Amino acid sequence: MASWQWFHRLGSPKWFYEKTTRWTQVIGVLAFAMLSVGIVWGLGFAPADLKQGNSYRIIYIHVPVAVVSMAGYYVMAIAGAVGLIWRMKLSYMVMKNAAPIGAALTFLALLTGAVWGKPTWGTYWVWDARITSMVILLFLYLGITALQEAYQNQESADKTCAILALVGMVNIPIIYKSVDWWFTLHQPATLKLTEKSSIAPEMAYPLILMIFAVYMFYAWVLLRRTRVEVLQRESKTQWVQDIVTGSSR
Amino acid sequence: MNFYFESFSDFASMSGHGPYVWSCYFATIAVFILLAYVPSLRKKAFIKQQQSLLARQAARATHSTHKGNEL
Repeated sequence: MASWQWFHRLGSPKWFYEKTTRWTQVIGVLAFAMLSVGIVWGLGFAPADLKQGNSYRIIYIHVPVAVVSMAGYYVMAIAGAVGLIWRMKLSYMVMKNAAPIGAALTFLALLTGAVWGKPTWGTYWVWDARITSMVILLFLYLGITALQEAYQNQESADKTCAILALVGMVNIPIIYKSVDWWFTLHQPATLKLTEKSSIAPEMAYPLILMIFAVYMFYAWVLLRRTRVEVLQRESKTQWVQDIVTGSSR
Repeated sequence: MNFYFESFSDFASMSGHGPYVWSCYFATIAVFILLAYVPSLRKKAFIKQQQSLLARQAARATHSTHKGNEL
């Protein structure tokens, strides 16, 4: 029983708010340090690609935002599932706030992909499997954000969004596998966990750093958005009133 | 590890790929700044709104006690 106590406590918005104050600061500092180093490394210090020249440097943005936009969908869907199963309000708050961040990252993945496509494929856009499934991902994120606003009742909004998020989860393996299942212009994965990667180490290190950096940044923004959501939904409680009066000084 | 480019203009032009690379990086930095800024704005707005709510409640409370005295 004792091992489940942390789980119940995590469901308490007040406990979450107090505990994440410090984490959020640490994660924020780490995210900015890693992003700064990663961007400078990728832009100015990594060698140019033999075939693509310098245009390949877009990889240091494109791959990390694409990876985190998909991982972020799992975060959102799992948070929705936890909310449905255990009726945990905090979990719904995480789900709600994961959607706009996911949409922003998916948009960036599509934008940087289109810009990279011009010098590499000779076109900004093709309706191939990878790109089309990413557009669907963007619409899922935007749909969940819009659905939240469509309901007067917060509980109905949370439940409906959680169900939509769970249904939309089928899209994620399709995105991952789209480059293998269909003939597409998009190149297959560059970094692989189980086999040898098709990228030189001096190009791979800044890429791995940038992937971690974008994960950190995602966690930082999600924590901060969720913390504000906690304050808004708990505005009638004494501890939030104390924060409100405390910050007037 | 050395700086890959020979000069700053070389770095800016990226041998012709500059516009593509730089637009991607600037767009990403702009979106990231926006993502980072929104929660701060929301928190400020929430605190402000709650404080004015409290002030209004306090004003109403003193107003009603004065009225009570008159009666």
